[in-house]
Amino acid sequence: MEKNKVNIDQNETVIHVDDVSKSFGDLHVLRNVDVRLYKGENLVVLGRSGTGKSVLIKLISGLLSPDTGNVRVLGETVNELDDRELRALRQRIGFSFQNSALYDSMTVRENLEFPLVRNKRNLTRAEIDKEVEEVLEGVGLSQAINQMPSELSGGQRKRIGIARTLILRPDIMLYDEPTAGLDPITCLDINSLINEVQERYNTSSIIITHDLACAKMVGDRMVMLLDGKFERQGTFQEIFDTEDKRVKPFYDYNFIV
Amino acid sequence: MGSKIEKLLIEFARIHRFMVSFLREAVSPPYEFKEIIRQCYEIGWKSFPLISLTGFIVGFVFTKQSRPSLEEFGATSWLPALISIAIVRALAPLVTALIASGKVGSQIGAELSSMNVTEQIDAMEVSGTNPTKFLVSTRIIATTFMIPVLCFYVAGIGLFGGYLSIIGKDDLSMLAFFTQVFESIAAKDIFAMVIRAVVFGFTIGFASSYVGYYSTKGTEGVGKAANSAVVSSMFLVFVEELLIVQLLALIN
Repeated sequence: MEKNKVNIDQNETVIHVDDVSKSFGDLHVLRNVDVRLYKGENLVVLGRSGTGKSVLIKLISGLLSPDTGNVRVLGETVNELDDRELRALRQRIGFSFQNSALYDSMTVRENLEFPLVRNKRNLTRAEIDKEVEEVLEGVGLSQAINQMPSELSGGQRKRIGIARTLILRPDIMLYDEPTAGLDPITCLDINSLINEVQERYNTSSIIITHDLACAKMVGDRMVMLLDGKFERQGTFQEIFDTEDKRVKPFYDYNFIV
Repeated sequence: MGSKIEKLLIEFARIHRFMVSFLREAVSPPYEFKEIIRQCYEIGWKSFPLISLTGFIVGFVFTKQSRPSLEEFGATSWLPALISIAIVRALAPLVTALIASGKVGSQIGAELSSMNVTEQIDAMEVSGTNPTKFLVSTRIIATTFMIPVLCFYVAGIGLFGGYLSIIGKDDLSMLAFFTQVFESIAAKDIFAMVIRAVVFGFTIGFASSYVGYYSTKGTEGVGKAANSAVVSSMFLVFVEELLIVQLLALIN
């Protein structure tokens, strides 16, 4: 399935991860990593499990701090912001979690309202309802509005998770393993949704995955984390046109085996 | 040894940061009134059946056990006074706090811990909302407010249990019983009971929220957090009881 052409402004960097290292005890996860995300672009981050892909987006959203280096997002250095500034910046970043992270004691409506009413306090009840219905319709789940997260399927939970981030109209979307644990048809739906979000909301996105079909379908550019560094980057063909034993099995497993 | 001290110091620093964060979020607007009321309902109202039974049994059994000692001196008429002093000064706040440590503490610890495990707390943070304000402050405020309310209730139902125990053997009207009760306790006893209950309520809310919020990931972490919430709350309640008793003795 071919991806529609989108406008990517290579003169405007929305995320700049600059010489960042991150360790957990003796485990060096990221080593002097450099990566940029351009405005309007979908950047796919590939890599084996446990190589620090999720750590990267947690650094970008300020959930973790780098040991060295800087993370600049929309012109702000994340690791230098105080709590209030960080909260303001986070309203412009959508984070879709691997397991959706829906608030399980709240209905779908309450899940979507939660960030909205706390970040845009001057909205009326009618405006809140309109926003919720609009964003739910956007992910094709209007009928689930009064359901509890436990009543939804994995794919539906992912969609609601994405809807919850979209309700604040973020400039940047961070997707952590958006297709993990889903069947192929639901994966296709989620990939289409990621592209739709990019086109409709003009977002710039980082998609963490090791699902190459997803990478091929949603990515405008790709980088691959190998031994804590981005050793390969470019288009899908450029990444996998190699005999590197750390890279080739990725392709083989996804498309040959 | 060095690393243990380092870990301990890091833990103290984290507790301090958690406390500062709670205080800042508790007093600064906007306030989460709706969630505070929901937590008061969860913590207070849902504890009523257990608290009622426990309070009643404590009053009844304490009276029953105290009777033989007073009988030796022919002083059974002092039973209402003895019960009221014991219940108001010590038993009501302590029993309420211990029951709440088990029921409410484990609930808060497990709830926050499972939210932590399933990244719901992270999800709140990255959506620009403040999890400390919504999850922690509301629970601590609710326990601080509801434990004193429950404590008054335990005192009342404990005294009623004591009365039922007395009338099993003696002929005493309820009016005469409660007249003696109120003659025996002073305003400072009530005041001390409220102070105790407020301190215990805050402690249970704070300790349970802290262990839940900073639990380790995984299902094992949820179990540990629930357990640790109960143990640390109970331990702190006993330590505080000891300190408060010394402090009140000094003031008196």
